[in-house]
Amino acid sequence: MTRYSIDPITRLEGHGKIEIFTNDDGEVENVYFQVPELRGFEKFVEGRPVEEVPQIVTKICGVCPGCHHMASGKAVDAVFGVEPTNTAKMIRELFYMAHFVHSHIAHFYALGAPDFVVGPGAPKAERNVLGVINKVGVEIGTEVLKQRRIAQEIQALIGGHQTHVVMNVPGGVRKGIKEDERLDIVAKSKGFVEFAKFSMKIFNDVVLANKDYVDIIVNGPYSLKIHSMGLVDANNKVNFYDGKVRVVDTTGKELLTYKPNEYLENIAERVEPWSYLKFPYLKKVGWKGFVEGQDSGVYHATPLSRLNASDGMATPVAQEEYERMYSVLGGKPVNNTLAMHWARLVELIYAAEHCLELAENKEITGTDLRNKMYQTPKEGVGIVEAQRGTLTHHYQTDDRGLVTKANLIVGTTNNHAPISMSIKKAAQGIIKKGVKVDDGILNMVEMAFRAYDPCFSCATHSLPGKMPMILNIRKADGDIIQTIKRD
Amino acid sequence: MAEEHKPKLKMAVYWGAACGGCCVSVLDVHETLLTVIQHADLVFWPIALDTKYSDVDAMEDKSIDITLFNGAVRNSENEHMAHVLRAKSKLLIAYGSCAHMGGIPGLANFFSKEEILKRAFDETPSTENPDKVRPQLEYNVPEGTLTLPKFYEDVYTLNQIVDVDYFIPGCPPQTERLVEVFLAIVNGTELPPKGSVIGVAEHAQCEECKRIRSDNRSINRFYRPWEIEDDGVSCFIDQGVICLGPATISGCGVRCVKGNAPCRGCYGPMSDVVDMGAKILSTMATMINSEDENEIIKVIDKIDDPAGLFYRFSLPASKIRRKIQ
Repeated sequence: MTRYSIDPITRLEGHGKIEIFTNDDGEVENVYFQVPELRGFEKFVEGRPVEEVPQIVTKICGVCPGCHHMASGKAVDAVFGVEPTNTAKMIRELFYMAHFVHSHIAHFYALGAPDFVVGPGAPKAERNVLGVINKVGVEIGTEVLKQRRIAQEIQALIGGHQTHVVMNVPGGVRKGIKEDERLDIVAKSKGFVEFAKFSMKIFNDVVLANKDYVDIIVNGPYSLKIHSMGLVDANNKVNFYDGKVRVVDTTGKELLTYKPNEYLENIAERVEPWSYLKFPYLKKVGWKGFVEGQDSGVYHATPLSRLNASDGMATPVAQEEYERMYSVLGGKPVNNTLAMHWARLVELIYAAEHCLELAENKEITGTDLRNKMYQTPKEGVGIVEAQRGTLTHHYQTDDRGLVTKANLIVGTTNNHAPISMSIKKAAQGIIKKGVKVDDGILNMVEMAFRAYDPCFSCATHSLPGKMPMILNIRKADGDIIQTIKRD
Repeated sequence: MAEEHKPKLKMAVYWGAACGGCCVSVLDVHETLLTVIQHADLVFWPIALDTKYSDVDAMEDKSIDITLFNGAVRNSENEHMAHVLRAKSKLLIAYGSCAHMGGIPGLANFFSKEEILKRAFDETPSTENPDKVRPQLEYNVPEGTLTLPKFYEDVYTLNQIVDVDYFIPGCPPQTERLVEVFLAIVNGTELPPKGSVIGVAEHAQCEECKRIRSDNRSINRFYRPWEIEDDGVSCFIDQGVICLGPATISGCGVRCVKGNAPCRGCYGPMSDVVDMGAKILSTMATMINSEDENEIIKVIDKIDDPAGLFYRFSLPASKIRRKIQ
């Protein structure tokens, strides 16, 4: 037995590691993806006034704080039994689209693109966002940074804090949008739409025009036949902010739908003794182990699963691109893990188009910022789509609105089992007898989880996008016989 | 031209129990990054660079000029890296509220380790764990032994674990403050005494706040933020909402209040204050429209979750440190 320890990799709030075990024939026996961290938010929000919680849970993740703020804000609305005003809903959603634009741009260029634009086997020193800029030119690189900054500016303007947004109050928002601000956001959103379309063009030109890459996406060791989850609107179109959760099975058929307050009937979480992070699965199917297929309880919650779980996109250009993706990849559902990059760009176009739609609607400057028809606080569930998966916050309070119980199922957590399985499958497909395990091999394994944009990588969104990795090849007694570093 | 031959500074950025927001605040230097990399080589930054633990272990002691350590110390891995980076660094800076005072993860000190694990792995209604499985520090799988770091009873600030040279506060620190401190170090400006909080302006938030304060406060009760109709103009305290601004040092640019949310004190206390929560409590008491001590106590008693509010970011750094069990 040989053991390959990949430690550390960077994860959402710090740390993660991968353990690969191969047998004497050099074939992969098993792979464990371990999350060594826990902070205990579910416990320490107890006793806090529930309206303070949206500002506390942003600190779960400094890279996608807006998602926690939104899910939490919606749970707090429900605790108080109020629906936000229309203006407040629009303002929240506008903020949220800018949050998606920023995150999806960053993931594509800093994390996803290096493997394709520069190439999976390219010298490792070039396989990062600087390498991408070298290939596509400084002008485009500057444009990437500019669009990311503009998306952040919109978030700071609406959200009140550049990182840890403070905008939500029960039934609404703290701050409105003025007409001059609205016009400014319209102009900026037009830039987003153009840039999103341009990003798709880069994907077409660089990835889809290259037969080798298409072959990796379609035939590589990167496919996982599991169920797909995503939030959809009344027309079953993808929605990030609101709607019902829909799960389609591995054949594309609707398996179940649920409203936020029905999540407990539909989702359960498993504990394994070797990781601090739990493993969610479909409760009605049950936990059948780390297995693929129609009978498995494992699902994913990613850009690709959101598209799989929907009947389309609610904006025109995104819808065209949605149709094109499924037509090229042979219809729904798509199970190719690397197609998550493609789906992410379809979503980027939707977020940009919808950002513009919302800003162009003058009603967004309304002054009815808060619905104050508060009921005695009790219990509420809020669900949004985070960039990295369906995000659920559930609070119970006493009648003063002090939290008595909280439960969170976080975006990347949904994908814990799928990521573990994808890493194992990639490792099994790549690490074989006679294969020299080098940096390129390591990167091919890494590509399996990078596609998920797991939160442990989201921090690399804006700088040279390599994960720190070290691969120790050990004897069974644990002695290191070879160390491979990616530098 | 002599300056150009100055050796570049070696810098490291590392995270303990953190959210990533501090690292984002470093990334948010935008174009200033070009200035930064003229003067400094980043030698360790897990978020962005490939330097490994083993590479850090191989570095000479004191070979890193500046380390920004963000995040609290919550488990054995955090503690180990705090010791390693202390040894390797000339200047170890506690960067951000969590390293400085424990931060939001420090609220866990209101509970025991067992309560936290029980909630996460036994009680939460979506968890199905009939066999009461818990993550194990060592666990034997058929193929070998898997290990996890030890989750501690308490959350610690960085200087409760190792000697810290300076503190840059904030959740996260305002990027401009980091750039100012960095340029001061590059330019050889004499630094304040060891142990100082830097990247701040030595006055309370209120000095920079644009909201209008009344001279005659007449607070008879405190309200939760949702209970009032914020006029967007008047001081929160004048409107009866507790704001930690009067007891919080400046540096962030009053960002939350600009978003119409009261300050929650992430920048920490003024430099002469030992216990931030106690300071806020006494400050709030002086705002109450009464000379009668019993009357004042009555008003204070009606505040919901005073400990969680007054020690929102600073519980592990406070005199009380944790809830007695």
